[in-house]
Amino acid sequence: MTGKDIVTANPWQTLRRFTSARIALGCAGGSLPTAPMLELQLAHARARDAVHLPFEAAAIQAQLTAIGLETLRVHSAAPNREIYLRRPDLGRRLDGASRSLLESCADLAAQAHDAVLVIADGLSALAAHHHAAGVVALAQAALGERGWHVAPVVVAEQSRVALGDEIGELLRAAQVAILIGERPGLSSADSLGVYLTHAPRVGRSDAERNCISNIRPDGGLSHLQAAHKLVYLMTEARRRQLTGVALKDASDDVALLVQRSG
Amino acid sequence: MTRFSYTLGQRRYAFDDLTALMARASSPKSGDQLAGIAAGSDEERVAARYALADLPLSSFLDEALIPYEVDEVTRLILDGHDRNAFADIAAFTVGELRDWLLSYETDDAALARVAAGLTPEMAAAVSKLMRNQDLILVAKKRSVVARFRNTLGLPGRLAIRLQPNHPADDARGIAAAMLDGLLYGAGDAVIGINPVSDSVSKIIALLELVDEVRRRFDIPTQSCVLGHVTSTIEAIERGAPVDLVFQSVAGSEAANRSFGIDLALLGEARAAALSLERGTLGDNVMYFETGQGSALSANAHHGVDQQTCEARAYGVARHFAPLLVNTVVGFIGPEYLYDGKQITRAGLEDHFCGKLLGLPMGCDVCYTNHAEADQDDMDNLMTLLGVAGCNYLMGVPGADDIMLNYQSTSFHDALYLRQVLGLRPAPEFESWLEKMGVMQEGRRLLHIDERHPLVTAQLPAGLP
Repeated sequence: MTGKDIVTANPWQTLRRFTSARIALGCAGGSLPTAPMLELQLAHARARDAVHLPFEAAAIQAQLTAIGLETLRVHSAAPNREIYLRRPDLGRRLDGASRSLLESCADLAAQAHDAVLVIADGLSALAAHHHAAGVVALAQAALGERGWHVAPVVVAEQSRVALGDEIGELLRAAQVAILIGERPGLSSADSLGVYLTHAPRVGRSDAERNCISNIRPDGGLSHLQAAHKLVYLMTEARRRQLTGVALKDASDDVALLVQRSG
Repeated sequence: MTRFSYTLGQRRYAFDDLTALMARASSPKSGDQLAGIAAGSDEERVAARYALADLPLSSFLDEALIPYEVDEVTRLILDGHDRNAFADIAAFTVGELRDWLLSYETDDAALARVAAGLTPEMAAAVSKLMRNQDLILVAKKRSVVARFRNTLGLPGRLAIRLQPNHPADDARGIAAAMLDGLLYGAGDAVIGINPVSDSVSKIIALLELVDEVRRRFDIPTQSCVLGHVTSTIEAIERGAPVDLVFQSVAGSEAANRSFGIDLALLGEARAAALSLERGTLGDNVMYFETGQGSALSANAHHGVDQQTCEARAYGVARHFAPLLVNTVVGFIGPEYLYDGKQITRAGLEDHFCGKLLGLPMGCDVCYTNHAEADQDDMDNLMTLLGVAGCNYLMGVPGADDIMLNYQSTSFHDALYLRQVLGLRPAPEFESWLEKMGVMQEGRRLLHIDERHPLVTAQLPAGLP
């Protein structure tokens, strides 16, 4: 008897072409055979690693500096990952030093900002590492061409979506767009989301935001597509002075708003 | 004002009110810590339990944790309290109730007799004094049977909800996962799809898909598309084949409002489903999901700990004679249940409280990728719940739900429990599996070749 004979294969494997669900896995007795058991473990291990991966904020700042963008670095009131996971409320507020930093920046600024873009780790630093700078570079260039006065890019550590509200409020920005790592799934450990909020203030609800989710190369949105949607939504938000359920994403109906980078 | 206190050695612990006492006595949960209502130390937690043990059960009839005037769930609980059923236990303290539940003499019939006399708060209170083994022992005594097209909850049986979700509601993808589950012997609790879209037309299309498969193979089970209750009501009005009405429910009026529901709406939905008379063995037509932390996440917990809020959700559920109720125990994330230990404890508490209150309890044994948990933790909890006589668990292909992005239990997991605990499917479904050559004696998968009718099925019509 060989190991191959011990495992019962399922004669409906052709159905796999209709779904990415883990069907027709076969069985050893009634249990999961070794190969699919390890596949599930690997997918989970990658997702967990993405959640706990340290955020390379300095590297992201360096990337942005290299393309001529100013940056500011802030930290939420959650001092580490464990507290971040237990206390979403702390991840929504800045720590004291970060608040002072942004206050002094706002005092120095000659005029209020039309918008601020924030890059945040969220639940997947991996997503921020892979996609955030790319999307920000495209969007910031397109906004610059349209004459927007955009604040320095804020890089935020141990951050939840709502941290953008406090950042936008302190920088006196008319809008905040926070690019943040989404909760990793088994098939996508590096999916990035963007949340856009008009007139950011501490205490805004999620119903007052627009979301672009699933930014990742395989099966999700490309950086170019994401930047296009973001610039569309920011332009519409500025025109209509709102974000949230009343602002619909019709970006698929308009020509590309961002330039392919060289 | 201090209403309750307990002195341990030199230290006197004071608790302002019944709500605070319950919260401090609760097993450690990150959600109660987040809400700022958990015990400040392990000793304070035990002091609260001592005080709770001495508390007369009737205190919960005199003092509502969420005021009667502001909350229809409280009104439902107190107005529906059955004084006759309460008579046997009316003189007990919470600690004495625990001892009574554990005694040999307290059997299924005795537990059934007092169910309507127990409020959710009493069930929650006694659960806080119980170790995991106590929660298992008492739940195991109680069998709550419910029927629609088969019989769920009989002793020695474990049913499985087949959950063939797809991230785009694709009919072929859902059909493929459904066939996979049926060929692994799952689907007796319900074939239940979580839709991505809340469009009623989409929901009707999915209902028709599952109903066609069920009728074609004469499967003794029921189907459900887990859309919002208002969508299901509209689907019924449009003539869709609705077996069960699904809704997520919580333990306060405000939390239910955040779900877009109230008790009147649930009553309306149940009446609509009953009017279709689709059940052949019984008329339990409701399917509810719950989970600790939902009230806090809606900022609608009124300072009440998450386990007590959860028990109050069962107070809502039992009013509507459901076929299925399951806590989705680890779905909400680590800010409410931090790790495998907290998820396990919550799963056992929820199953116990539900059974004690007379509900046909199942459990979605699950976790998310940012929780400190893995499949080993799920193995532990599903085994404990199997021992405790849980009515049903989830069956997700490979335990990986590609639509909801979390890990639950798999078809293989059910086969494991059938082997180690001798648990069989619902009797009608077991006969069907036998007839179809899928499973033998409810335990062992049979060899299935490529000519099996479920494999060759062109499902649904027009699909490859």
